[in-house]
Amino acid sequence: MHKNEVIERLNDIFRDVFGDDSITVNEATTSDDIEDWDSIEHINLIGAVEDEFGLRFRMREVSGMKNVGEMIDIICERGTK
Amino acid sequence: MKELTFPFDGRQLMRRRRAIRNQLLSDGSTRIKKKIAVLAGSTADDVVKALELFLLDAGIEPEFRITEYNRFYESAVFGDPELEEFAPDIVYIHTTSRNLTLLPQSPAETQERTEELLKEQSEIFRQIWTGAAERFGCPVIQNNFELPLFRRTGNWDGWGAAGQSAFIQRMNVMVSDYARSHSSFYVNDISYLSAAVGLEKWHDPQVWYLYKYAMSLEVIPDLAYSIAGIIKSIYGRNKKVIALDLDNTLWGGVIGDDGQEGIDLGQETAAGQSFCELQSFLKGYKDMGVLLTVCSKNEQENALLGLEHPESILRPEDFAAVKANWEPKDRNLAATAEELGLLTGSFVFVDDNPAECAIVEAQLPDVTAVRAESVKDTMYTLSRGGWFEVTSLTEDDLRRSEQYAANAKRNAQQKQFADYGEYLRSLDMEAEIGEFLPVQLSRITQLTNKSNQFNVTTKRYTLQEMEAVSRDSSRIAICGRLRDRFGDNGIVSVVIGRCEGDTLHVELWLMSCRVLKRDMELAMLDELAGRCRNRGISRIVGYYYKTPKNAMVSELFGSFGFTRESLSENGDSVWSLSLAGYEEKNKVIRIKENSYA
Repeated sequence: MHKNEVIERLNDIFRDVFGDDSITVNEATTSDDIEDWDSIEHINLIGAVEDEFGLRFRMREVSGMKNVGEMIDIICERGTK
Repeated sequence: MKELTFPFDGRQLMRRRRAIRNQLLSDGSTRIKKKIAVLAGSTADDVVKALELFLLDAGIEPEFRITEYNRFYESAVFGDPELEEFAPDIVYIHTTSRNLTLLPQSPAETQERTEELLKEQSEIFRQIWTGAAERFGCPVIQNNFELPLFRRTGNWDGWGAAGQSAFIQRMNVMVSDYARSHSSFYVNDISYLSAAVGLEKWHDPQVWYLYKYAMSLEVIPDLAYSIAGIIKSIYGRNKKVIALDLDNTLWGGVIGDDGQEGIDLGQETAAGQSFCELQSFLKGYKDMGVLLTVCSKNEQENALLGLEHPESILRPEDFAAVKANWEPKDRNLAATAEELGLLTGSFVFVDDNPAECAIVEAQLPDVTAVRAESVKDTMYTLSRGGWFEVTSLTEDDLRRSEQYAANAKRNAQQKQFADYGEYLRSLDMEAEIGEFLPVQLSRITQLTNKSNQFNVTTKRYTLQEMEAVSRDSSRIAICGRLRDRFGDNGIVSVVIGRCEGDTLHVELWLMSCRVLKRDMELAMLDELAGRCRNRGISRIVGYYYKTPKNAMVSELFGSFGFTRESLSENGDSVWSLSLAGYEEKNKVIRIKENSYA
């Protein structure tokens, strides 16, 4: 899967989950950049990303992801749709 | 909203939650506000978020307070000042098999030890329920327990002395026993729900380890929908009618083309058997007080021919109304609603034809359309839809169909009388009006929470609140039951007023639309006035709070001879009546004396 395509689809997910159409993510985006991205919303975000790309994050990945870039790398590697 | 009606796409719902929430909150509808305390045995944030959507869609605006994770026992048993101050209207105990701390841990556990564990585990939950009832005095919703996905001992786990599945099933029997013997306690059946969606899908140990969610994120909307069904029912938001198409919905084939002997119905064919099973399923709804009606594009005589099929389980007399003609179905539904004195919002419409479902949904958005693609679809959608949750089943429910049938007879009679008064007198009506009896509280609460049209304040009460009202010496609270020559209508009217000095403030005045235009409201007023005089009250103040549904009583107090004191911009009004020289107004209903002595 290509990085640009992943970023585009991730953008839609972020906009839906945080209810904010002005969000644009890049590889450096972290939870500090998005106001509502707290631990509870993180769970929803992970769930939505898993559904969208047809993969399951490993437990270590869920708690260890530092920025959107790391998320994109995992999706590129293991995403199935 | 169709997105929030079963079958829904739970994943999309959670992803688009904020947008859907905003849409609901800005749709301009008025909602009742309810406070819900969640005693959480595992993380409940998403449960609450999904529940909020379903409740908003049902006209209930919830405010939530969630206890800290895994403090459900302490909060209920030892108290939680914050929660008590919150004063919830509903307590939801969000526990699962993850909270069964005494599950036998080893298959080698003895029978005696398992019995002890079971006793102790049951006791823990009973303490929670007793504590919650005492501290909060409001309805309690309790999940029962889901079966585990993992079975160390295989089948033995389900029946052996120390089997965990066996233990869980015995806990569930305990929960149901408790529910049957305690009012205002409702079981959210996650044992069924987890089985229906599949244990493999229900369980997701990873989200437990990561976030302490006791079930997969995917099924959380299903869980929330099920809870919403119970809450909606408690507050009288159940549907009341199932309107059924005939051809390829209640039987296979087209009666007009295939004839009575040509349709699939009966034990001879596989398809015939399936429709028999469906009909018998539907007949059960009738027995619990849901009205069945026919809405079919057919000639009337053909429709009846089908229902008179020798193998047909549903007979013409099982239907409160039969509309078989070639008019658009939305118009027929609206006409049926009017005849039965109900709102179209209380209808579930079942049709195999997606085009008919679509037109009904478009023209009457408050009707829930169920696509009957197969017998299984119809039965499963009705099973999971949550439109007919039973939170109380009164004797009136069991008789409702008869009452509506009697109404139809009355309407037929009405035509022979030139003078309406003559007709009313011919009905030979007799009313019993008095204070609330304990056995009537359940029916009074139910009637109060579902009456929308003839209801001046649309104030809702839980069973406990109604009980408190009935004991409150500063209130006058009366209910009325009406019989006539065609049958017993049961309790049809409730009036509650608060005394303040020489004035009575009317807090609730409602009547079932089944007995509209029968002068029952005048009989209630006479009784109220009499009771006021006995207590030295000389003035009654009435309040009309306008809702989208109660226009029919906007002039009720005026029609009684009250004077309007004020009229607000929003349509609300205040009325008053001096009781000096009050003359009895009811002339057609006989009042049964000393009926409650």
